[in-house]
Amino acid sequence: MAESILRASNLGISFGGLRALHAFNIDIREGELVGLIGPNGAGKTTVFNLFTGVYKSTEGAFYLHDKLMSGKKTHEIVAAGIARTFQNIRLFKKMTVMENVLIAFTKDIRYGLPGSLLRTAGFWREETAIREKAMDLLSVFNLQDKAGWGAGNLPYGQQRKLEIARALATNAKMLLLDEPAAGMNPTETAELLACINTIRRKFNITILLIEHDMSLVMNICERIVVIDYGEIIAQGLPEEISHDPKVIAAYLGE
Amino acid sequence: MNDKKNRTRSLLVSLLGVCVLGVVLLLVDSFGGMDSYIRGIFMQCCFAVIMATSLNLVMGYLGQIALGHAGFMAVGAYTSALVTKAIGLGIKAGTIAPISNVSQFFIGMLCGALVAALFGLLVGIPALRLRGDYLAIITLGFGEIIRVVIQNLPFAGGKGLANGQAGQALIGIMKMNNIYIIFAVTVVSVAIMLAFVRSKFGRAIIAIREDDIAASSAGLNVTYYKVLTFTVSAFFAGIAGAIYAHRGLGTLQYSDFTFLKSTDYVIMVVLGGMGSMTGSVITAVLLSVLPEMLRAFAQYRMLLYSVILVIMMIFRPIGLFGNYEFSLYHLLLKWFRKKPIEAEQSAAKGGA
Ligand SMILES: Nc1ncnc2c1ncn2[C@@H]1O[C@H](COP(=O)(O)OP(=O)(O)OP(=O)(O)O)[C@@H](O)[C@H]1O
Ligand SMILES: [Mg+2]
Repeated sequence: MAESILRASNLGISFGGLRALHAFNIDIREGELVGLIGPNGAGKTTVFNLFTGVYKSTEGAFYLHDKLMSGKKTHEIVAAGIARTFQNIRLFKKMTVMENVLIAFTKDIRYGLPGSLLRTAGFWREETAIREKAMDLLSVFNLQDKAGWGAGNLPYGQQRKLEIARALATNAKMLLLDEPAAGMNPTETAELLACINTIRRKFNITILLIEHDMSLVMNICERIVVIDYGEIIAQGLPEEISHDPKVIAAYLGE
Repeated sequence: MNDKKNRTRSLLVSLLGVCVLGVVLLLVDSFGGMDSYIRGIFMQCCFAVIMATSLNLVMGYLGQIALGHAGFMAVGAYTSALVTKAIGLGIKAGTIAPISNVSQFFIGMLCGALVAALFGLLVGIPALRLRGDYLAIITLGFGEIIRVVIQNLPFAGGKGLANGQAGQALIGIMKMNNIYIIFAVTVVSVAIMLAFVRSKFGRAIIAIREDDIAASSAGLNVTYYKVLTFTVSAFFAGIAGAIYAHRGLGTLQYSDFTFLKSTDYVIMVVLGGMGSMTGSVITAVLLSVLPEMLRAFAQYRMLLYSVILVIMMIFRPIGLFGNYEFSLYHLLLKWFRKKPIEAEQSAAKGGA
């Protein structure tokens, strides 16, 4: 079995009296594609917010490659190799498609204030290099012709793709996708599926995916974790999950 | 890469443009068009331009409301004035080797800018952790605190904490009204800020303005970039303060740096367009020159500004220039109907 990449032990968080997540345990192996599902308000996005340091956990801890990540700031976690997308797309709408990707390279740029003020050779070398890298990445998503567009002007489906491209540009090893197919039409969803398969192959990346569209989840996920009211109620292979009485009850309501 | 070639050419053209402006200045000056009154207005334009552009870094690019910019200007003004005074005294007493006025000014200016930057850092670290309105209130408070502290510092010409005599001005400040040097300082300051904005730093702070959660999820250390920008902004406010202190009157008063002063610069930035250096430069010059020409209406100035602001917010909320940047190079290309070397075209904002 492959090595563990992302592991949570007894992770949890409470907002005042509300226990949004409790005793969350997961062990994701390198290269896996794991689905995280559950009814509305179950705590799925909260899991992502914890894994990216947007929220600080009130119980438990999580590890990337067995290195403790809980308590770290978002940008430190990103530097360690976890990147995400958002349920409600969060692009830099007034910036260009290209710039949206360039932002994710910022942490690797070595020139500092002097370099940028004096426009040194190093400055130009790096600026040129990241533009080329960004172009390569955009072409994986078939966005290369829109590099100069304002990100907010892209059609919905392409905005979702751009967000994934930006996450990949951070050089992540672990990718968290929050309902990537939400609001997409069937063609766009099919395209997205193909896209996810491509990036898995190309970037050797591990994915944890939140999704409401059951057919999509059953289709591509190798393993599924189901949560309800902030607690794991089932996990296993797609067929097992689809027949689990607890899951059926949670989805059909009581 | 073509992008680089275009930018280099654009830079050369801009340099040429600045030189032309310098020559115009020289001509006007040598034909006697620069009496001390005009000189005064020119200096005023210069420090207003630096104040507006540096405030634009925080308000326009970083998207934070800062209402205490005059406070940083005051720090720069008093620090530089005290430094040049000390050097002057030292030279008189023979403890310091004599140096030219210009060098004295530059030493004072650099000290003023650095101390202002230090204050920017100290205010920025706690304040920038908070969101929106809090920063506005904290910076406003900072501006007022600085003014009151100066008012009470004996060595800054204040009345001192103990004795109750009326506050005095800091007097006997060296004069540095060589318009070419002030012009050069202004051009270099604006150029540095433009270079800052057009690098990874500018990209990062615009991204933070657009969406700070997305920015940190893309790996940006949001606090670092915010504090850095605030510090750079304060640095240049310090430079503007140094020009102000040495503009030729020889005195500095704490009442020069009231909250209204800060508001003036906020108005320049908002009118010119948040996120447009071009806009800040033009409104700074306009709002420095116009009040002089309309002396008779001086007491209605704030009233007029508020009316203009309200009209602006209704009909053109992005300001005169939005985030447009003037480029002499592109203007010339347009005139001669030439196209920029490819690449630039696809990089130029598409899709709109
Ligand atoms: N910052 C917060 N403060 C208070 N409560 C919160 C906060 N964030 C999430 N919650 C609560 O935690 C619970 C889980 O929310 P979460 O967004 O994780 O649900 P979800 O599973 O992603 O739902 P959906 O499918 O609708 O996206 C909800 O009851 C929500 O109201
Ligand atoms: Mg959610």
